[in-house]
Parts: sequence; C-alpha cells; structure tokens
Amino acid sequence: MQKNSSTRLFGLMFPGAFWLIAFFFLPILLIVGISFLTKGDSGSPELPLTIDNYSRTFGEEYLTLFGRSLWISLISTILTVIIAFPVTIWIVRLPKKWRDMAIFLVMIPFWTNFLLRTYALRFMFLNEGPFMRAINGVWVDTLGNENEIELLFTQFSVMLGLVYGNLPFMILPLYASLEKFDWTLLEAASDLGADVWRSFVRVMLPLTAPGLIAGSILVFVPAIGNYITVELMGGGKSQMIGRTIAQQFSTANNWPFGAALSLIMMVVVTAAALVYFRVGRGEQAR
Amino acid sequence: MAQFLTDSAVELCDVVKQFGDVAAVDHVSMAIRQKEFFSMLGPSGCGKTTCLRLIAGFEQPTKGDIRINGQLMGDTPAFQRNVNTVFQSYALFPHLTVAQNVGFGLEMKRVASDEIKRRVKEALELVRLPQMADRHPKQMSGGQQQRVALARALVNRPQVLLLDEPLGALDLKLRKEMQIELKNLQTQVGITFIYVTHDQEEALTMSDRICVMSKGKALQIGSPLEIYERPNCRFVADFIGETNFLDGKVLQINGEFGEIEVSGRKFVGRIGEGVRVGDKAMMSIRPEKMLLVDKPNPNALNTYETRVASIAYVGSDTRIIVKLGDTQVDVWEQNSQSTLDPSYFFKPGEAAWLTFKPENALVIKE
Ligand SMILES: Nc1ncnc2c1ncn2[C@@H]1O[C@H](COP(=O)(O)OP(=O)(O)OP(=O)(O)O)[C@@H](O)[C@H]1O
Ligand SMILES: [Mg+2]
Repeated sequence: MQKNSSTRLFGLMFPGAFWLIAFFFLPILLIVGISFLTKGDSGSPELPLTIDNYSRTFGEEYLTLFGRSLWISLISTILTVIIAFPVTIWIVRLPKKWRDMAIFLVMIPFWTNFLLRTYALRFMFLNEGPFMRAINGVWVDTLGNENEIELLFTQFSVMLGLVYGNLPFMILPLYASLEKFDWTLLEAASDLGADVWRSFVRVMLPLTAPGLIAGSILVFVPAIGNYITVELMGGGKSQMIGRTIAQQFSTANNWPFGAALSLIMMVVVTAAALVYFRVGRGEQAR
Repeated sequence: MAQFLTDSAVELCDVVKQFGDVAAVDHVSMAIRQKEFFSMLGPSGCGKTTCLRLIAGFEQPTKGDIRINGQLMGDTPAFQRNVNTVFQSYALFPHLTVAQNVGFGLEMKRVASDEIKRRVKEALELVRLPQMADRHPKQMSGGQQQRVALARALVNRPQVLLLDEPLGALDLKLRKEMQIELKNLQTQVGITFIYVTHDQEEALTMSDRICVMSKGKALQIGSPLEIYERPNCRFVADFIGETNFLDGKVLQINGEFGEIEVSGRKFVGRIGEGVRVGDKAMMSIRPEKMLLVDKPNPNALNTYETRVASIAYVGSDTRIIVKLGDTQVDVWEQNSQSTLDPSYFFKPGEAAWLTFKPENALVIKE
C-alpha cells in the first residue's frame, strides 16, 4: 500500500519534474559551468577554469551598467503602473460588452512580432519620420526654437519603448484584481471622510496589491533582460545589461563572460523580486 | 408644499433624481426631525436607496435642494458631509481588522491615536462585540458584521445615520432581535436615524414616522398609527397591512364623515383628504375592524347580510371570507372567546351579518 501510493506520486510528478530538470536546471548548470571557463581563440569556451569572468563583472564599468539597467527598468515599471492603473480602472468600469472588447484590444499587439512593433515605434520617433517632422515643424518654425527635438536614442526613448512593450503585462493582472474589487468600498471610505486620494491609498491599493505586484514583476524582470528595445530605441547610447549579454554571446563571442553576467543578473533580479513580494505581502496584511 | 422647520435634521425640498428617462426620485419633499427614527418604506425600485444616496452625497439631485442641519448641501462631496451610512452589503474593508474598520472614520479626521483606541473600544462595547477587535470581517457571522458596520458609522458621532436595509441579509429571528437592539441603540445615542426598508412590520414597530414611497414619489409621511389607520390613498392602504376595498361613489359629506354607495348598498365612513361629493371613491376597512354577528342591531350603520364563503383558523384569530353580493370581504375575528365550542364558528354557506363602525372605515380617492 505504502509503496503503491509512493509510486503513484512519482508517476504523477514525473512529467513536471522532467520538464523542470530538462529545461530549467540543466541549462542553468550548463551556464554555471561555462561561466568558469576561459574564452578560446576560436571563440568556443575552453579550460582552464577561472573566476576572472566574475571579477571583471565587479569592475566599475559593469557595476554602472547594472545600476543603470536597474534604474531604467525601475522607472519604466513605475511609468507602466502610472499609465496602467487609470486605464485598467477605466476598462473595468465599462459596460460588460465594451469591457471584453477593451481587454481584447489590449491583447491584440501580442499577435504581431515584438521586433516589428519596436521598429514601428522607432519609426515614430525617427526625426526623418512624419510624426517627429510634424512636431519639429511646430517646434522650430512656429515656436522659433533653434534645435530640433531628438527623442530617439535617448534614455527616455528606451523607457518609452519598455513601457509600450510591457503595458499589457501590467494591465492584465491588474484587471484580474480590479474586476473583483467591490466599488461600494470606495463609497464607504468616502462616507467615512476619506477624500479620493486617501480612499485610493487606504482601500483600493491594498486590495489590488496582488495584481499590482504580479504585474510589476512581469514588467520589471523582462525590462532588465530586454535587448531588442535597447538596441532599436537606444542605439549605442543607453546600454543595458541584457544587450551586453546578448553581445557577449554574439559579436564579442565571449560566452564565459556572458554566462557570468547572466548568472549575476539572475541572482540580482531574483533577490529584488523576493524582497518586493515580501514587502507587498506585508503591506497587504497591514 | 411642506412647511420646513429650520431645526430639521434633514430636509428634502422638491428633489428630483433622473436616471435617463427614469425618475428614481420624483419631486420628493420631506423634513426629518432631530433625533427621529424615520423610515422610508416602499416596494423594490421605488427610490428608497436613491433618496439615501442623495442625502449621503453619492448622487447629485437633478433638481431640488437638500439641507442637513439647515445647511444647504449643494455639491458638497460625500466625505465632507456629517452623515454616515450603514450599507446593505455592510461594505466592511476586508483587509482591515474590526478595530481598524471602526477606527477608519476617526483616522480620516486625524483624531489622536489614543483617542481613536478609546472610542473604538466604546463603540464595540455599544454593539456588544468588545472581544472581536482583532478579527477580520471574513471571520464573522452576518449579524456580527452588521454590528461592526453599525459601530463603524456610530463611532463618528454623525448628525444623521443612514441605514439601507441593514437587516435585509439576516434570518428572521436575528432580524427581530436586531430590530429591538437598533431601536434601543437609537434612543441611547440620540442620533437621527433614516432607515430604509421594504418590510412594513419592521417600519411600523421601529419608527417614529414613516414615509411611504412608490415610483419615486413620497405618498404619505406620518406616524405608524397615522399610516395604518389613516392612509391617504389606495396604495398606502394596500401596502401597509391588509385591507378590504369597496369601490363606489360619494353621496354626501357631513363634517368628518360621509356616505358612499357601493353597488346599491350605503356605507358611512370617515372622509379622507380631498374627497368630494359625487367623486368615485373607495372605502377601505381593515379585516380586523369588521365583525360578523348572528342577529343584526336594527339601528346600526354599515350592517348587511352576507354569506360565509370560507373559514381558516390560524390560532390567534379566525380568518373568514364572506360574500357581500359579488364582493369578497376578509374578516378577521380574534379568538378571545373559548374556541372549544364548535357552535362558536360560522360554517361555510351560512348567513352572517357583517358590521363595522364608521370611524373604522375610511373613504379615499381613487
Ligand atoms: N445608477 C443608476 N442608473 C440607472 N438607474 C438607476 C440607478 N440607480 C437606481 N436606478 C433606478 O432607479 C429606481 C430606484 O432605484 P432604488 O435603488 O432607489 O430603489 P429601491 O427603492 O432602493 O429598491 P430596492 O428595495 O430594490 O433596493 C429603479 O428603477 C432603478 O432601476
Ligand atoms: Mg435599495
């Protein structure tokens, strides 16, 4: 009996466990292994074992890079929240048939390749494009400013690209939370003397925290690792860690160093996410 | 138009609230007195909740003025009005403990934290839940949640407490208990209660005055006794308690009383507001105000022979349906005599004389 049930348990767990081992633990082990190797002349990783890849990471250049990546991701996440919250509230308050339509529209961009969408965005920010030309027409000719506005290849355009790409990942979990929100609670708060802001902070925010936390992580983590947006919207000027890693594996052909960078990024992001969850949970319990 | 007293707790002056084509509140005027237990009673959809929401400030009137303690509310937002609401769904904050829920209003008014603690404790003792301060609303029964909602409102010492069917979700027994408790509490704290219900018995037992509403209109405002004994229209007479209507035509009026002809028979009753000679009108007589007798007093008014159609014994009284010509009439006889004697009861098919006093019959307009 005992044996029987434990075989059954094993049988049940096997597919999941296999999946996790084959596609998660093994690749990570591989990367850990590579990160301690040396860059070979032909480009492929070679012995001897070394920790140089790690010590190089803690040099000033790469610490700044980490710092900037975290900063840009953080700000873009905050911007995403600021935009997503009112939009989601608006969607939730729509009549039922319009609400489903709106959520459908939020998801539509997923059906187009991310690279293509980013090129489209880049085109909008290009000074030679019609959009920026119109703006600069007003800015220079009508308002009499000397220099044209340049938006592309700035930190701002990178953040904007990240916000644009990640917005649905914030809206969908927020929507799930807000849909369950009982709006009479806001009336109760206002009945008890809370103005709009305090009703939001003391009632709506804590009760939609699960969606907000899930959304923030879904936005923040890919933002750090992102390289398409950084490449296309930032050019060389606004380097982020994801793009550096991609370059190590491609043009620089330095797999061991790329592997070390990825692992460190993974540790940092996991730690950040854990702290965030913990804080968020504490906030909710309050 | 109603005469407004400046010392009213709440005044509604010709208030209209339009939702699209629907007038949820339709030219309503009322003056609610200080420390009064005032009920709004009416069927579902008659605009009771909308009235409360207008007073609380969750909705703005399309037309008309609302005053609280003599002050014109205009578009004063809800959070600046000195009234508190007990919601039908309670609307307790699920992420806060009972004590935090009750203290919320005080916290918003930036009351010092030790005073909040003291007043929360007092409020929880008032609703007899002192040991529940650290629980979350989810961990409480419906009746307990209801009391927390009450404490959360009362702790702010509002001028007026608005209650929207606060006992609607409770079972009958708990409901009866809470009715008594609420009424006692209101006397104790001396706050004006505006109480919405669609349960007429609840309104009659608890209220100082009742406003009966239908289709957005306030039909009659008066004490429970006035509402029950002197309804001013068919709807009120019909909605509050049971009654018999006899449709006819007014023949003559003599002071407070008048004569009405109902398919060839003449009845005398109290003449209601606005009834004139020659009007089509109806007579309303409560079933318990009628009597069936074997032998009629030859001089008595309102006495006619009927035939017993059916009898139902319900313990405290016996409910008899008699036929007066073609009209069915309900008669409730209290079983104050011994009922072990079978000859006490009328039998179906028997003749019986129906009689009632003119002061117990009311002639009202269509
Ligand atoms: N926000 C709104 N939008 C449109 N119509 C509304 C709105 N609120 C209420 N109504 C309408 O106004 C009328 C009165 O509604 P109200 O909620 O005041 O009724 P009520 O007397 O409280 O009924 P109940 O006993 O069922 O709670 C109804 O016909 C209702 O459909
Ligand atoms: Mg209602």
